[in-house]
Amino acid sequence: MSDIHAHPALAHHFDSLEEQKEAATLGMWVFLVTEVLFFGGIFATYAIYRSWYPEAFAAASHELDVTLGTINTAVLITSSLTMALAVHAAQLGRRTKVMVFLVLTMALGGVFLGIKGVEYYHKFTEHLIPGPGFQFEKEHLRHAQIFFSLYFMMTGLHALHMIIGFGIMLVMLWWAWRGTITKEYYSPIEISGLYWHFVDIVWIFLFPLLYLIGRHAH
Amino acid sequence: MTTALVPARHYLNDGYGIKSWLLTRDHKRIALLYLAGVTFFFFIGGAFAVLIRLELATPVGDLVSDETYNKLFTMHGVMMVFFFLIPAIPSVLGNFLVPIMIGAKDLAFPKLNLASWYIYMLGAAFTTYAIVTGGLDTGWTFYTPFSTVASTSAVIPAALGIFITGFSSILTGLNFIVTIHRMRAPGMTWFRLPLFIWSHYATSLIMVLGTPVLAITILLVAAERVFHFGFFDPAVGGDPVLFQHLFWFYSHPAVYIMILPAMGVISELIAAFCRKPVYGYPFVAFASLAIAVLGFLVWAHHMFVAGISVYAAMIFSILSFLVAIPSAVKVFNWTATMYKGSVSWQTPMLYAIGFIGLFTIGGLTGLFLAAVGLDIHVTDTYFIVAHFHYIMVGGTIMAYLGGLHYWWPKISGRLYNEWLAKVSALVIFVGFNLTFFPQFILGYLGMPRRYHAYPPEFQVLNVLSSAGASILGVGYLLPMMYLTWSLRYGRLASANPWGAVGLEWNTTSPPPTANFAEPPEVTWEAYDYGSPAVVEHV
Amino acid sequence: MAEHIVPTRVYYTIFAILMLCTYLTVRIAFFDLGPLNVVAALTIAVLKATLVVLFFMHVKYSTKLTWAVVLGSVFWLGILLALTMSDYLTRAWRTYG
Repeated sequence: MSDIHAHPALAHHFDSLEEQKEAATLGMWVFLVTEVLFFGGIFATYAIYRSWYPEAFAAASHELDVTLGTINTAVLITSSLTMALAVHAAQLGRRTKVMVFLVLTMALGGVFLGIKGVEYYHKFTEHLIPGPGFQFEKEHLRHAQIFFSLYFMMTGLHALHMIIGFGIMLVMLWWAWRGTITKEYYSPIEISGLYWHFVDIVWIFLFPLLYLIGRHAH
Repeated sequence: MTTALVPARHYLNDGYGIKSWLLTRDHKRIALLYLAGVTFFFFIGGAFAVLIRLELATPVGDLVSDETYNKLFTMHGVMMVFFFLIPAIPSVLGNFLVPIMIGAKDLAFPKLNLASWYIYMLGAAFTTYAIVTGGLDTGWTFYTPFSTVASTSAVIPAALGIFITGFSSILTGLNFIVTIHRMRAPGMTWFRLPLFIWSHYATSLIMVLGTPVLAITILLVAAERVFHFGFFDPAVGGDPVLFQHLFWFYSHPAVYIMILPAMGVISELIAAFCRKPVYGYPFVAFASLAIAVLGFLVWAHHMFVAGISVYAAMIFSILSFLVAIPSAVKVFNWTATMYKGSVSWQTPMLYAIGFIGLFTIGGLTGLFLAAVGLDIHVTDTYFIVAHFHYIMVGGTIMAYLGGLHYWWPKISGRLYNEWLAKVSALVIFVGFNLTFFPQFILGYLGMPRRYHAYPPEFQVLNVLSSAGASILGVGYLLPMMYLTWSLRYGRLASANPWGAVGLEWNTTSPPPTANFAEPPEVTWEAYDYGSPAVVEHV
Repeated sequence: MAEHIVPTRVYYTIFAILMLCTYLTVRIAFFDLGPLNVVAALTIAVLKATLVVLFFMHVKYSTKLTWAVVLGSVFWLGILLALTMSDYLTRAWRTYG
């Protein structure tokens, strides 16, 4: 038992902030394991149907906008950089810098979601939403629906994670602003960063798997 | 043995009123919240079972319509599996004991722990809503394409309820993993941990690794139903069997979420009532991890007739046989522990003995099902029903009740009526076997599951089964009554009424909110019965 | 606290590599490499993900336990994919047309 004057952020059942931080970090990593398996289920679904219907997947993939996809990839990677820099600033106890980098991260996340929204809108006007109203070249009419079902499910779940991440960053911004986050106690920002980077990694896989199938054919 | 019987201040009287319970972060109080929850849903699920057995008392479908019958067995399965069996031991006994057994003040994330209970209740509320607004008729397995395009019952709210409850399972598992890694008391090395902790660690791994796959699978079904997405729909080229792959990736390991904590309980009981360390401790510990890992490699043995490839069936068949090895290691080691032990036949030990017998029958009939040829003969018959009830009811519930009796004095600070408890243990054992053993024969003779009518030649065995079910029902009501009664009228329990070793017996009954008067330091090995240092400690 | 603070130079370098990889993966997709297209795309994606995990997520500087958790998640993802595929790649009948 440490009898040090307890840090305000130290919970009663931990002996030290160090111990508390290690527990929080491990907890976040274990949570990310569940996320890997969560997305794993849909990646498995993708793998099976792509191996079954390669031509339909290539044809359907051509309906996606590579330029917008590439821009979004760059945007998300940049947001991962600013997130890493926010954690770095927090480690050094630089409050203003933390806030600047958090705002940048959120702004980039917002750009990503905006572009995603534009893409969704296009798909909607082009009748590429699976279901009775789906329109596609006759040859791939059925199987292309599987591709677009996967597309909306995968990118939709990814976007949902982005929105949750956005909310987490808002809380972090508030905590940084009111001084909860300090050089001694920056683990909330660090584990939020882990989550943000994970969401980035999901996109790193989604991008080539959805946007870049058989691009050489056109 | 002890001095002051009841401490002046303990977790039960540390704050009164509904708020002190509903907003508590004390793992012990949260365990009791869970106890209330799982008990409630156990009896709801039990009520459906009563109706099922009533219907099957006669060969003709006279009590309920075929559609109602479909809903009865579905809701019995959903309630029992997701809202009783999966949370029962980890969330009640595990929640109460994991921190105490490793000498910690609480779980690593107390707020998440409380949140997990609310999430569980919210999920249960959704599923209950599904039940009262028309029910669910897909079977607890939600097989596509029936669940996605054909069923007109309340699939979405029920599935959503299970999806939500999954998060409570994940949070419990996450909390246990971090707690066991990070919060062990000084001197509590991995190989001094009680086997209860090892088995809960293995269980938590499955919760964390398996549950998310069920979550995404349910979402895919929901998206298919709501948005007409085509994941499992042959009309657009989808494969309904893929649903079964994803579903069983979780739901087979989920059986080990039910049985592994039960095995942990049995290890504690056997050691305590034989006054011996568990024979081959490291083997029993690693067998838990082996079951957790192997459990993920066998799921398609549920799908031998579903149209999977012959090669895949062979692979999954062989892998399924492997699970028998760690399971047998445990059974043999428990038996070896009893050998030349000074066995005392108190209530928890009766349950433990019952568990070993019934689990062995359940496990061995599982090997029948791992063998492709035999499995095809008995698939979707009462043989399967009997097999998994031997594991889930004969195994998990026996261990749960045994554990509840063993730790009841610690939890409540009171002793129950030993004579009544022994009688109920016996009633449950007899009722259980009478209910489910005839079902092995019925299934082998070819009676299919999930039908509300059957040929008259099966009636004798079905009547036996229904009669057994009523005995079993009485057996389950008894503990609820005398345990509740003991809360007020039971004799006060000492800190260590069984004379057992383990950190939970080194603190008062009931324990203080911080679990120990002062943080413990462990200097002895697990189950160190007979060592002078420990005996003195007791 | 014995906390490893990564110099920002490392972050910028990793960022540059990630951007370069993104450019490469898009370019490669427009060449016909047959079945190698998907191999290239996934190899680059795995490389990018590894860099993010090691540097942005600090796993390179973390405990063995963190490594175990990361590798464990990849291993279980592998079980899910491999054993599911063991059925799909060996079925005598194939698709729903």
